[in-house]
Amino acid sequence: MANWIPLWLHRLSSPPTFYRFAGTLLPWAMALAVLCGIIGLYGGLVLAPADYQQGDAYRIIFIHVPSAWMSMFIYAVMGVSAFIALVWRIKLAEVVAMESAPIGAAFTFITLVTGSLWGKPMWGTWWTWDARLTSELVLLFLYLGVIGLYHAFEDRRQGARAAAFLAIIGIINVPIVHFSVNWWNTLHQGSTVNIFGHSKISWDMLWPLLTMTLATKFYYAASLFRRARTDLLSLESGKDWVRRIAEGEADR
Amino acid sequence: MSTLQSFLAVSGEAASFFKMGGYATYVWPAYAVFFLVLIADTVAPRLRRRRLLGELRARLARQSVRHERDATSAPPSSTPPSA
Amino acid sequence: MSRPRLSGACIAVLRRDLILAWRRRSDIAMPVLYALIVTMLFPFALGPEDTLLQRIAGGVILVTILLAMLLALDAMFASDIEDGSLEQLVLAPQPLALMLGMKILAHWLTTALPLIVIAPLLAAMLHLPAAVIPVLLLALLLVTPLISLFGGVLVALTAGTRRSGMLLALMLLPLCVPALIFAAGAVAAAQQGLPWLAPISWLAAVLVLAVVLAPLACAAALRIALDC
Repeated sequence: MANWIPLWLHRLSSPPTFYRFAGTLLPWAMALAVLCGIIGLYGGLVLAPADYQQGDAYRIIFIHVPSAWMSMFIYAVMGVSAFIALVWRIKLAEVVAMESAPIGAAFTFITLVTGSLWGKPMWGTWWTWDARLTSELVLLFLYLGVIGLYHAFEDRRQGARAAAFLAIIGIINVPIVHFSVNWWNTLHQGSTVNIFGHSKISWDMLWPLLTMTLATKFYYAASLFRRARTDLLSLESGKDWVRRIAEGEADR
Repeated sequence: MSTLQSFLAVSGEAASFFKMGGYATYVWPAYAVFFLVLIADTVAPRLRRRRLLGELRARLARQSVRHERDATSAPPSSTPPSA
Repeated sequence: MSRPRLSGACIAVLRRDLILAWRRRSDIAMPVLYALIVTMLFPFALGPEDTLLQRIAGGVILVTILLAMLLALDAMFASDIEDGSLEQLVLAPQPLALMLGMKILAHWLTTALPLIVIAPLLAAMLHLPAAVIPVLLLALLLVTPLISLFGGVLVALTAGTRRSGMLLALMLLPLCVPALIFAAGAVAAAQQGLPWLAPISWLAAVLVLAVVLAPLACAAALRIALDC
């Protein structure tokens, strides 16, 4: 039945194999994140012209929009690995789901704060209870709920399964956040970047935005690898391979 | 004279860059939040890892001391020494 | 010995929970007293001016009742977990979702119904116009079962964890926000003489969905939390 799953994916779910795999990729992911970040921010802050309506304040877009996209993307990844963890009880899926939650919460927080700082000069208010802002705030509470529920259990694996269940219940919020600007009359502007169609934003501003999106994706991978490696050390602390790592690092 | 002019031009550009068309009080704090939160997210697992490995090494040290003590002091008995 | 009918099992679970709640009658009075006291605080805090109180009355009553139910939610499964009867229920041959649905119904009857009964009193304290009270009661009749159902799923998920009260609030309140918005919208519309049937219909639709799905989710959550 499981013949279609490639062997390398199967091997990857073994904790010491994933630890080595993530350890090899981690510096590359971080380097790519920093590189794309520098290029994207240079393009956005220095090269791109000022917006004819919003002046230079629109430059917050280069961190606000990628963070918003990440807040939803990470929840989707968390939801999928939570589903895998609940159905097949794979330890690594539990680790990926639980360690994605703090990163997702961080990006959601950044989205809300940078959005607020952008909204004040543009809309005249720090906050409004329109559909998109409210559903993004609910997303933050969902992340915090998953993190809190995970840490409330004595048995880590049981806590991971309970938190995974909560994550799956909450996944309904992600399409609500995404489509809120279409379904309701909101203060927040509608979508201007389309994957399958013509985007309403000029190329000078679009390419730094896409580069920053790439940068945040690489950053998520790097942060997830780092957190997952640490979590695996904690989960498997009685095993030999962890013992060898602890003794090996005593010299550093 | 031209170097002074170009220096003034560059510093003028830098100043206007930092002013962000008057929106500096909004743009720069936003970027600061972005970097501070992500730096905190980068550092936290590193600290946790260091603490974890330190605790593990301490636990292994205690176990090996107990192992040596039980092996040298206790006479051979039917019950195995606890690990 | 013949197998008991499913309806018999449902009635048995309902009767048991209602009798147990009746034996601890003072626990039923607690959320009611809490709601009364909290509602009383608002005229003290904001001043007794009629127009201001009228504007906030609908929202204040809904939030107060929501918080009163939240306080009482912890007790839904607590005593049954302590004495092990919840695990017996999980192991029983009857479908767990149906049994838990009955427990949630018993909890709603003993917690929310008294609150709905005193809602007109709360409305009078905040000078809500008498014509709006029927809409308020209808909104409460639809919103409180939703809180019981969502709350039941989350209480099952946190069953047996420590400090579950605050965590429950953190998880439940964001999920209740849409229901709260529609209920408050209905009351506000009625207060302004506008049609209020649309938000009420939305609430009823979500309630029907929740009545079917929430007990199933509750059963799954309980199995995860009890590690069965």
